[in-house]
Amino acid sequence: MANTVRALEERGLGATQRRDAWWLQPVAVAAGLGAFVIYSTWAALQGNNYEWGPYLSPFYSPLLGKDWWPFSPAFLILWAPAGFRATCYYYRKAYYRAFFADPPACAVGEIAEHRYCGETKFPFILQNMHRFFFYVALLLLVFLWHDAYKSFFFENGIGIGLGSLVLTANASLLSFYTLGCHSLRHFVGGKLDTFQVGGNCTMRHSCWKGVTRLNEHHMLWAWCSLVMVGFADFYVRMLASGIFTDLRLL
Amino acid sequence: MSEMVIRVSHGTTEKMEEKTYKVPVGPGMVVLDAIHYIQSHFAPDLAVRWNCKAAKCGSCSAEVNGKPKLMCKSRMDAYDQNEELVVHPIKTFPRIKDLVTDVSWNYRVNKTITPFTPPKGNFGKMYQADMDRVQEFRKCIECFLCQSVCHVLRNHEKHEEFAGPRFFVRIASLEMHPLDEASRIKFLKEEGGLGYCNITKCCSEVCPEDIHITDNAIIPLKERVVDEYYDPVQKIFRIFSGK
Repeated sequence: MANTVRALEERGLGATQRRDAWWLQPVAVAAGLGAFVIYSTWAALQGNNYEWGPYLSPFYSPLLGKDWWPFSPAFLILWAPAGFRATCYYYRKAYYRAFFADPPACAVGEIAEHRYCGETKFPFILQNMHRFFFYVALLLLVFLWHDAYKSFFFENGIGIGLGSLVLTANASLLSFYTLGCHSLRHFVGGKLDTFQVGGNCTMRHSCWKGVTRLNEHHMLWAWCSLVMVGFADFYVRMLASGIFTDLRLL
Repeated sequence: MSEMVIRVSHGTTEKMEEKTYKVPVGPGMVVLDAIHYIQSHFAPDLAVRWNCKAAKCGSCSAEVNGKPKLMCKSRMDAYDQNEELVVHPIKTFPRIKDLVTDVSWNYRVNKTITPFTPPKGNFGKMYQADMDRVQEFRKCIECFLCQSVCHVLRNHEKHEEFAGPRFFVRIASLEMHPLDEASRIKFLKEEGGLGYCNITKCCSEVCPEDIHITDNAIIPLKERVVDEYYDPVQKIFRIFSGK
């Protein structure tokens, strides 16, 4: 039998009929991103303990302005990866949900009556600059691979330390993340209506498919590389401040 | 046979209420079966739109426990039998009666999109590599769950300025078509309101056809808009190359 329960019209922040723990994901993202932002800002402000032996912290790579720049050298570098991640299509989803609650989760109410402009007005219209940050991030990857290569050359010869593996893993994960970028996917082939240019599609179609394969796991690479870059700085910092001793594997 | 309590939203936009029913749950039963049971045993006037019961017609869209879903694709055994199941019509569109909404706004938006514009004369050869991208978009069954969950329409009610994910999928299928010669980039930026989308991916999450709406349609279109309007390097290149 039927019986009337109540009239319904739910609006406002968090209003939903969802029963699952929809709040868990935004809370976890806010905690993860928040922790990284706090740590990386702190590490950038230090301006010391960023190199040990053949290892250089990725927050300070390439090492510029050591002699003439009055502030921490990290600030000459970090604007680029920060801009790249801030305008990244994955991170946009993550922080719009976690920090702006716009929306906090699918089919969940938002802060009522706020004027929504999406990405049509300042500041969010600047998200359209993502491809320019990508170009710089791609350049930084070259330096990070150079650092990873250098990390195998110790004072007493070639060897493998735990730091060598950390810096190599860091460069690898950042490569997977950067090379799966949506802007790159567009650039290598997505912008074309046909891959048949001059009767030959192999090259660009193969590139597009390769980037697409990485792009399908963009969120995974985004998080793995974020954690790894933070850990790489932490490891070098601990070595430089004498708290850790590098484990030599070879 | 176990029983499950279902709360179903009745009424119109002006007067809404929920009614509670006890429905027997059998093996393989879906939410649409439960709604049909309610229709035949308790509420013969309960309005529900459905057709194929095979997740292909896109008619039985509703919100089950607050999530936009096709009722014919939502199995009852996926829900906790000890809790009430709540079935509401999709939000975003005005309700006609009970679980039936007026989705005609979508058809009006559809008419504003420049249709497929092939070249005159010989079409030449088409290649599978080119068609793969477009074929994904052709899976759309127009259930409008993506429109219902999109917060730009659902919460911000930008119906006048924003076409919604369903139509970005359609535009992507036309823009990426190797034989199409029209450009809809200006429409996307202006009337279509692509900039309102902040890519929170809810449309992709609810799509019953698993179309990667955000990654494969909306973001590539956003990149094409950037090419046209926000990339000075491309603008200079176009001036000198004459393209």
